Amino acid sequence: ESEPENKLDGETASDSESKSEFGGVVPAPAVDDTPEVLNRALSNLSSRWKNWWVRGILTLAMIAFFFIIIYLGPMVLMMIVMCVQIKCFHEIITIGYNVYHSYELPWFRTLSWYFLLCVNYFFYGETVTDYFFTLVQREEPLRILSKYHRFISFALYLTGFCMFVLSLVKKHYRLQFYMFGWTHVTLLIVVTQSHLIIHNLFEGMIWFIVPISCVICNDIMAYMFGFFFGRTPLIKLSPKKTWEGFIGGFFATVVFGLLLSYVMSGYRCFICPVEFNNDTNSFTVDCEPSELFQLQEYNIPLVIQSVIGWKTVRMYPFQIHSIALSTFASLIGPFGGFFASGFKRAFKIKDFANTIPGHGGIMDRFDCQYLMATFVNVYIASFIRGPNPSRLIQQFLTLRPDQQLHIFNTLKAHLIDKGMLASSEDA
Amino acid sequence: PFWYKRRKESERFGELDLKNDTDIPEVHQPTDRTPEILRKPLSGLSYRYTKPKYLVYLIQVKCFHEIITIGYRVYHSYDLPWFRTLSKNVKNYKYCIARFCLFTAIRITLHNMRMSFVLYCTGFCMFVLSLVKRHYRLQFYMFAWTHVTLLITVTQSHLVIQNLFEGMIWFLVPISSVICNDIAAYIFGFFFGRTPLIKLSPKKTWEGFIGGFFITVLFGFVFAYFLAQYQYFVCPVEYNSETNQFATECEPSELFQLQKYSIPSLLQALLGRETVTLYPFQMHSIALSTFASLIGPFGGFFASGFKRAFKIKDFADTIPGHGGIMDRFDCQYLMATFVHVYITSFIRGPNPSKLLKQLLVLQPEQQLNVYKALKLHLIEKGLLPPSFSLRG
Repeated sequence: ESEPENKLDGETASDSESKSEFGGVVPAPAVDDTPEVLNRALSNLSSRWKNWWVRGILTLAMIAFFFIIIYLGPMVLMMIVMCVQIKCFHEIITIGYNVYHSYELPWFRTLSWYFLLCVNYFFYGETVTDYFFTLVQREEPLRILSKYHRFISFALYLTGFCMFVLSLVKKHYRLQFYMFGWTHVTLLIVVTQSHLIIHNLFEGMIWFIVPISCVICNDIMAYMFGFFFGRTPLIKLSPKKTWEGFIGGFFATVVFGLLLSYVMSGYRCFICPVEFNNDTNSFTVDCEPSELFQLQEYNIPLVIQSVIGWKTVRMYPFQIHSIALSTFASLIGPFGGFFASGFKRAFKIKDFANTIPGHGGIMDRFDCQYLMATFVNVYIASFIRGPNPSRLIQQFLTLRPDQQLHIFNTLKAHLIDKGMLASSEDA
Repeated sequence: PFWYKRRKESERFGELDLKNDTDIPEVHQPTDRTPEILRKPLSGLSYRYTKPKYLVYLIQVKCFHEIITIGYRVYHSYDLPWFRTLSKNVKNYKYCIARFCLFTAIRITLHNMRMSFVLYCTGFCMFVLSLVKRHYRLQFYMFAWTHVTLLITVTQSHLVIQNLFEGMIWFLVPISSVICNDIAAYIFGFFFGRTPLIKLSPKKTWEGFIGGFFITVLFGFVFAYFLAQYQYFVCPVEYNSETNQFATECEPSELFQLQKYSIPSLLQALLGRETVTLYPFQMHSIALSTFASLIGPFGGFFASGFKRAFKIKDFADTIPGHGGIMDRFDCQYLMATFVHVYITSFIRGPNPSKLLKQLLVLQPEQQLNVYKALKLHLIEKGLLPPSFSLRG
């Protein structure tokens, strides 16, 4: 998140010039959007405190909303992620239109949404094929769609590309290329992140909840530390950020991550991979917890032993991973926030949109999550997850019969070796 | 006051984006800037460097360089006074951009996700730290420009190399079909051209387009016939760890074995034959040539539009008479992706040994589940005697 930089210290002339140009360059959302009910409740307070209270209440509301959708389960979560993604895309594209005054360009609005649809279709198709394998195999139209999925998505993208080329209008080439580039970069940033989030979700809800909470916690902690102890500015880009906030936020986030993962690792519904049960046609989260989520004894290094007074401690291995996740959230996450601040200054906007009163648009809330989702995904793929069994089965089924037999026999020999199969099975 | 003047200039910069193309100044054509490092290997190629893979890398780097240089020149052309003070920071950008380029080149070479993500993060952080006051918009433009360029050049070249590993024929036939289409469309347009095709490129004509289409399909057909006979072109490229070299030796797959096809009776009367022996691959080559002739030109139109939008005559001056590398490769854009998608959808199955390796890496319970599922499937298909099912 980035604080609304409306009361900057050390502002220079160019910043004040940007404020005075609000009305001229970009139609700034200057209307007070706070709902009536809040207005009435806070009518006696002065406007500065009112702003603080509005932000506080909305923060709590968003956190509560977060808990509710976690409770509702993976399917709802997926829907919510999709909605957030569409809203973010809409916000960024709207900024592009405003910057370039290109709202009236022929075709362009349709094309942007069309590209969004194509890319989403491609990514969702890949996810569905992976995780809903048996369902897909059962239904005939789905099976064909999934077999030729890449080809179909590519054909859809090509159609959009050809439409773009055909829609190039003589005197507006540059503008149209700018919007083309703008759309693609937005897709790259927004859509790929959201799909990686969903992949992480399927790995186990804990891989979704812990990273996002760490980023949120880091935001809040850095703000608190900065508020109480802040002295040395961190970066010219965001004058309100301070080194004290940064470092304090780092330590608080690591501790928070450790505690949260300890609490969550106890519950099956969070740690099990989300699977689609063919019989009940719904999602199930039930499994034998993997090694990562079983308590183990760790020896405390001698240095800390004297401080804490224990020799060993029982922790989940996942908590060690959570340290890595929290570290990334505290160190690199803020860069996402600076990026968004720089973006807003570059295009002279105060907030991405006005969706959330007191906070700005959805992108304002999610800018630090940029890169976090990718990091978690890369982390899981590198250190945790093996290949996906249903995907392997799917690939197996497309092999030739003699290849299938060969693999089957090798697997059987391997399992007999390991003692998982009774050796009375014939070869 | 001087800040008022600055506001005017930055406003003008913003407005320049909005004005009609006619009001935007020309971009000066660059002198040939091919860096020395590229000239040396190109001049004295040893056998190792003629391997197509390295050539593709070189081309990718050069294309990337060309497009990024155009980006700089576009912004230089705005010629705003405070922009000149940016020259020091522009050099800063060149480092940033060069870093991005380096990272992606490394990423492709390493094929390693972890490393490339780390490098990307570092580049991202360097970008954020290098943001200079008053030049934010420009920096974000360059950031976006870099990313779109990466998307276009690097992903395409990566797919080209993947196609190459499938078999050199999958690399040669598409590329030569596109080139043939260019040349054939030009020749047909030269001799018979009358009806203009698209406002964007006035020199293209419908006669050229259609004539080029038929010639390309024919060419692809004949060329595929010749190449399909040689194992060198047809076999997947494999890395032989003993000899430390790439080997292309195998049993040609069904796709590359002559088969008899009955000619439909319509054509029988024309050709006087009842059957014809062809490689199945030639059927696929018709699909590839069709794509090259119909959609390939759109890549060319895209590049034409791009050049007009940014008021440049050629991408660069690398090849005398032809312009830059991008000028030659603009129609290939999309072709590589198409071939890759075509192969994965219609041709290639998964690699059995790789599949086996992945199976053995799974957790034991997962392996057991997979084993059971496979057994069920094989029994269903009749490949295993049903007596297996009794023993679980």
